Amino acid sequence: MALDLARWQFGITTIYHFLFVPLTIGLAVIVASLQTAWHRTGRTEYLRATKFFGKLFLINFAMGVVTGIVQEFQFGMNWSAYSTFVGDVFGAPLAMEALLAFFLESTFIGLWIFGWDKLPKRVHLACIWAAAIGTNLSAYFILAANAWMRHPVGYEVDPVTGRARLTDIWAVLTNDQAWSTYLHVVAAAFVIAGLFVAAVSAYKLLHQRRDDPHPSEHDLFRRTMRAGFVVTMAAGAVVVFSGDHQAKLMAQYEPMKLAGAEALWSQEDGAGFSLFAVGDIENGRNHVNVQVPKVLSFLATGDLEGHVDGINDLQARYEAVFGPGDYLPNIGLLYWAFRLMMGLGGAGIAISVLGLWLTRKGRLPDRRWMYRVVIAALPAALVANIFGWVLTEMGRQPWTVVGELLTANSVSPGVSLTEVAISLGAFTTLYAVLAVIEAGLLFRYVKAGPAAVMPYPAPDSEPAKPDERVPAFVY
Amino acid sequence: MDLPVVWFIAIAVLWTGYLVLEGFDFGVGALLPVLGRDDTDRRVMINSIGPVWDGNEVWLITAVGATFAAFPAWYGSMLSGFYLPMLAILLALIVRGVAFEYRGKVDDVAWRHRWDLAIVVGSTVPAFLWGVFLANLVRGLPMTADHVVTASVVELFSPYALLGGLLTLSLFLLHGAVFLSLKTDGPVRRRASRFAAGAALVVVPLLVGFLGWTQARSGETWTLPVAVLAVLALVAGAALVARGREGWAFTATAVTVAAFAAAIFGSLFPEVLPSTTDPAFSLDIRNAASAPYTLAVMSWIAVVALPVVIGYQTWSYWVFRKRVTRAHITPSVH
Ligand code: HDD
Ligand code: HEM
Ligand code: HEM
Repeated sequence: MALDLARWQFGITTIYHFLFVPLTIGLAVIVASLQTAWHRTGRTEYLRATKFFGKLFLINFAMGVVTGIVQEFQFGMNWSAYSTFVGDVFGAPLAMEALLAFFLESTFIGLWIFGWDKLPKRVHLACIWAAAIGTNLSAYFILAANAWMRHPVGYEVDPVTGRARLTDIWAVLTNDQAWSTYLHVVAAAFVIAGLFVAAVSAYKLLHQRRDDPHPSEHDLFRRTMRAGFVVTMAAGAVVVFSGDHQAKLMAQYEPMKLAGAEALWSQEDGAGFSLFAVGDIENGRNHVNVQVPKVLSFLATGDLEGHVDGINDLQARYEAVFGPGDYLPNIGLLYWAFRLMMGLGGAGIAISVLGLWLTRKGRLPDRRWMYRVVIAALPAALVANIFGWVLTEMGRQPWTVVGELLTANSVSPGVSLTEVAISLGAFTTLYAVLAVIEAGLLFRYVKAGPAAVMPYPAPDSEPAKPDERVPAFVY
Repeated sequence: MDLPVVWFIAIAVLWTGYLVLEGFDFGVGALLPVLGRDDTDRRVMINSIGPVWDGNEVWLITAVGATFAAFPAWYGSMLSGFYLPMLAILLALIVRGVAFEYRGKVDDVAWRHRWDLAIVVGSTVPAFLWGVFLANLVRGLPMTADHVVTASVVELFSPYALLGGLLTLSLFLLHGAVFLSLKTDGPVRRRASRFAAGAALVVVPLLVGFLGWTQARSGETWTLPVAVLAVLALVAGAALVARGREGWAFTATAVTVAAFAAAIFGSLFPEVLPSTTDPAFSLDIRNAASAPYTLAVMSWIAVVALPVVIGYQTWSYWVFRKRVTRAHITPSVH
């Protein structure tokens, strides 16, 4: 029971952390680019856009930071057996993340927020880039740690202590799972950040009549909407290619996850990709399964006639290697998680391509529902992201470290059910409250628009030089 | 060099950095209603730590991450054994971080009051509980042969641990007040100086009591002069702040906090988590440590990265070296 609650807590807190993180990863770069554009061109609109999206970025960033701290402690609090087993290998990238990335990110964000009037312009610009690099770097280390759990490399198990022992840090950091996952996750983060920028811009364009903004905003948000689409489209291409690579690695290292995600019960050559299935998990078969022929084999092996193992075969094989037990993850969940990730995420990417087409050569769509579709693409991509992680993490079950450590043996032995229940309750409640507050704030700032962070000069006054020495971001 | 010893020292240094730096953040946060009479005062106070608090907190994240990598068994037993207080610390840090960022985002009195409360609670709770935590580390916890801590919540709040908590809380208040006297001007500065000088009357006895108790219980020969240094520096700090020598006063209270941390970790060494059930079950720098290879890798990274980190953090303090005053606070920012 304490195990179940600890798993729920991990899932909830991590997914929550990861709602904010992709936006941070992508928006940091986008805001830095906007500020760079202002530098290059000296055009006030870019400064205004930097401040506007910068504010939204900071509202989001705060949540990413505070929820990240929980992650760092949680391994020790709830998963002490796991921590003791893997710390030697797993702790190293985590400590590197703190030393090489978090310090960079947090210090330079502080300099950026408060340094508008204190730093030379170039140095100030460098600060946001340093923070952006920090966020993107931190993702690598944490994902290398996570990849190691799916494909452990560069270690041995100490026969005396029974703990994993690092033998090759380079192998851990260059794990093919690590860089492939990094590409996929960071590209997915840019998909989300691009759609965020596009959705915010679409909202502003949609409500232009009601909000009666400064005339220049029309052009500003048309530009940023297109920029968001471009980011999403480019990142989307990387997501699809790296996703294909992820599937191949999965076939190689975690065939059970792949078979589960496809509800493929018995091995096949030239296996089809399932579009819709109704399974009978008790008896290990499907009632209904609508397939596109050969595509699964291609996805998993790069060959239309390639061999893909089925769930029942793998269960038998694992029993032979690891002893009797249930090696099945939650098949139904994996199956739908995989489809929701590809479907919803793919829809988001498709919308951005369509959007680029519709806004070509200075056009803007005049149908209001088109803007609403763009806005809806954002939650769709976020949900796709969540289901991607559900697939990854739930699909690894029953292992925390594939082939080495079972989830059931990972929890803290000394922590009681009551304690985990209290913490699960506390985090869930606090997180729910904060989610409402943060969403409310974001919405408030989107609605108020760029004028709230950087007022427009009065029409009859001198066209005043924008005074960037005003400390726009002090608390 | 003996790598587990090096990493014990490195972790002690990271904790020291954390306590010195976030110590004054906690003090500033907890003193918000005491020294900040109106909203502008309170904003002066918050802005004095605004650019740096997050960077300060990363010292904790690094200390804990380094413990995970260098002493996995210590990391696991310490955090799971201290479960509920650790939960309270995490919740407090979450609320506090969000409060700094969100407080000024809506121009509304009730909104600001609520976040002010969050800052006060979010600063006071960890300031107290870190003392309880450190005291428990030194004193040890009931722990089985498999290093599973079996302490109940009540056991974590022994008189010694409570004294430790009161000490860190009051010491951080004083340290924070001295920081404010150094970093602000106007009414906040005046009140902060007065508060710091007065608070010393309480903090000095607490410090003497706690460090004396620690020394008697588990001290080493060399921790005695360190403890004495902590006390002397604190007395000097209070005297200096009363004379308006704020820079030196802040140096002095920083030395106190650092010497306090050194005394704690010095008394702990070479154990990392003593077992009060049976000393044979204790975790020490040998049986908790990672393999030499991991420690060597980590050492290289720390040797390269830490000086750079200290360099740019110092630079950031230098950029924001000017005092924050009421004149800096624009009437309505978002
Ligand atoms: C916008 C989000 C998004 C989109 C459109 C996609 N993915 Fe994805 N996917 C993720 C977001 C994501 C993710 C949340 O970022 C995951 C979770 C862990 C990871 O590595 O990335 C993920 C995991 C993940 C995994 C599991 C990796 C593992 O467990 O080892 C596979 C096999 C794929 N993806 C494959 C694909 C394919 C073939 C896609 C084709 C369109 C695809 N993904 C689109
Ligand atoms: C370095 C990164 C990560 C590590 C080391 C990690 C590790 C773990 C561990 C130890 C568990 C508990 C054991 C289990 O139930 O499987 C777990 C579960 C889980 N994690 Fe991750 N995780 C990471 C990233 C993520 C991310 C970013 C997400 C989602 C956004 C995520 C989603 C989940 C979910 C949903 C579970 C629950 C699985 C279940 O209940 O079976 N994880 N992960
Ligand atoms: C489950 C394991 C995880 C742990 C232990 C963890 C730890 C942390 C911590 C301690 C912070 C706060 C840093 C600060 O104070 O500045 C943080 C923020 C962050 N994390 Fe995580 N994290 C986890 C999962 C992830 C994953 C999977 C990613 C990326 C793919 C990620 C990316 C980030 C980024 C980019 C930030 C900084 C930006 C932000 O705060 O939004 N984290 N994380």
